[in-house]
Amino acid sequence: MKLYDVTDLAVRNLRESIFRNSLTTIGISVGVASLVAMLSLGIGLQQLASQRLQKSGLFDTVVVTSRRDLRNFREQREDGPLPAESPALDEPARLKIAQLPGVVEAYPDIRFITEFRFDDKPHLTMAGGVPFSARNNNDAFDGMQGRFFSSDASPEVILQKSFAEELLGIKPKPGTDDTNIAELAKSILGKELTMRYSERTASPSSTGSADSAAYSVISRQQVLKIVGVTDLDPDSMRGAARARVFLPLKLAQDLHVIQTGIRDTSPSDTPTYTSLSVRVADPNQVPAVEDAIKKIGFSAFSIVDATRSMRQFFAVLDGFLAIFGSLALAVASIGIVNTLVMAILERRREIGIMKALGASDADVRGLFFAEAGAMGLVGGAVGVTLGWVIGRLINFGTNIYLERQHFPPAQVWSVPLWLVLGAIAFSIVVSLLSGLYPAARAARLDPVQALRYE
Amino acid sequence: MEISPSLAIRTQSVCRHYQMGEALVRAVDGISIDIRAGEFVALLGASGSGKSSLLNLIAGLDRPTSGTVIVHGNNLAALSREELAKYRLRTVGMVFQSFNLIPSMSLLENVELPLRFAEVDRRERSALAIQSLERVGLSGRLSHRPMELSGGEQQRASLARALINRPKLLLADEPTGNLDSRTGTEIMDLIRSFNHSLGMTVLMVTHEQVLAEKYAGRMLHLADGRLLDDVPNISSAQAPAARGKAQ
Repeated sequence: MKLYDVTDLAVRNLRESIFRNSLTTIGISVGVASLVAMLSLGIGLQQLASQRLQKSGLFDTVVVTSRRDLRNFREQREDGPLPAESPALDEPARLKIAQLPGVVEAYPDIRFITEFRFDDKPHLTMAGGVPFSARNNNDAFDGMQGRFFSSDASPEVILQKSFAEELLGIKPKPGTDDTNIAELAKSILGKELTMRYSERTASPSSTGSADSAAYSVISRQQVLKIVGVTDLDPDSMRGAARARVFLPLKLAQDLHVIQTGIRDTSPSDTPTYTSLSVRVADPNQVPAVEDAIKKIGFSAFSIVDATRSMRQFFAVLDGFLAIFGSLALAVASIGIVNTLVMAILERRREIGIMKALGASDADVRGLFFAEAGAMGLVGGAVGVTLGWVIGRLINFGTNIYLERQHFPPAQVWSVPLWLVLGAIAFSIVVSLLSGLYPAARAARLDPVQALRYE
Repeated sequence: MEISPSLAIRTQSVCRHYQMGEALVRAVDGISIDIRAGEFVALLGASGSGKSSLLNLIAGLDRPTSGTVIVHGNNLAALSREELAKYRLRTVGMVFQSFNLIPSMSLLENVELPLRFAEVDRRERSALAIQSLERVGLSGRLSHRPMELSGGEQQRASLARALINRPKLLLADEPTGNLDSRTGTEIMDLIRSFNHSLGMTVLMVTHEQVLAEKYAGRMLHLADGRLLDDVPNISSAQAPAARGKAQ
């Protein structure tokens, strides 16, 4: 029989016992729904955790320092040129590193302690340069009040929440974190902050001598507009030396502020950096990039990719969730076997007639398979929809809870396309497997016996 | 073994024995017959005489315990299940006492059913089914379900279905058993007309001697699974044709 005819006859037969077949199909739907709901939660949680970790910059960043820096104790154990022979970590070196395979960007770490004046009061704190790319890949700016920098060199700042509190003279109660960041931002956004800093300029006496360390220090000030207040710490990777004021990286570079720890003080037209942050496309590529940087002659440091073990954990968790989800589907598959065996008993005579008219065993088998498959397809599609709704409801409920607890909203549920297609395919496969026995039994039916059956 | 092309059916010492608990039932017990193409043969006998069992063996619905059944050159005992299904589809048309139409299908769909197994294109099979139903006078009942029709109409639809694949052999198992005599005569007239016009061999199981005498050219009497008698029916309109072919 042609596929169209098999399908047509199967659908007709299913319609004939619509109530019983609907109940069986609902059973499959519930099974698929539980599977989808369980897995969508597992996947959602994994994505949430994975995104948080990846956006933190902990696992996709390599910190590069020059070996000339004697404070770097790691260099003793590493291969490569001796500290004295190590190249300078300057702009050409940065460009070279930026072009290594797998590297998204390499930017200098610029941070300095300086004085900020707000309402004519001085505040001393650490300032840091933030690359323009951070607007998309650093989740610290996701829930930010205000906006990100308008360009890479605009005279704007984003404040860390605690510094904004300090500027406004708000003291949070010890042990609590109840200051409303939106209220805080409302009173400070758009206001101006004056940064006073020491600019390093090349000394006229050093002109023509690249190796000269002579430079001048000029006291300057820069007015900056407050455009954003962030709750989280965008600079979390570097731990202790946390900045509380963030400037566009290009602006911070152009100011030539004297930074602590700079030993090599080449003239300003060929800047030399204390360290570079190298962002890698995929955490898995970090070791390769690290090796490549070491080969050039710099020290490279990264944190071992913890997302790998996390993925392993979630794979196990998803496995367990899938098993629990599949239990309902296993029960449903028994329902399919039962329905089809009942159908054989009811349609015994009909099978006999079909065989007498020339239907082969394969035709009869195919018919029962198609009925099982159709129930699997419909059950799978309804089940996926049901699972999707359940997942959304769980997500909705979770977000209400998170909001009450003053946490930002989170997507704890995710139904990727592969899960939708996979669940429907799984449902069809389970249904077909359930149809194996009834289909074989129907195909083997003796037509003489079947025709005698009343 | 040389089989004449004019020979439609040959059974040689064919047996069909069943084990019923301790007892061995000899439903068909060593029957040898030859039926020529185009013959109208009646299988007569009391209930349990083995006539339906013999018909099932010739229809390829059952396999002999021993002996051979050869239909149009096919040794049925040697065919696989798949080949037997093809044989039933292409060579045999069957009509049953209880009509055996599928109740959930319309007449048109019932008649189309063998064409689905033969993988005939949808449009073509619809046209063929309508044509076949017209031939038995049911063109106005295409979309009716079997339960909405009289017994005679159902049997005519069953006949239309049996003929849809243009079989060489029409096997009828008590085709008038559930019909009143007037309707039964109508059906028998139809069967005879197909026997004449299409030249198909007809083998009919019946226990009505009168019916057999009126329509069949030859009568085979069975009792206890054995062939008692093989009588040419000179009084039948069929007889001269049969004799003609025999010569």
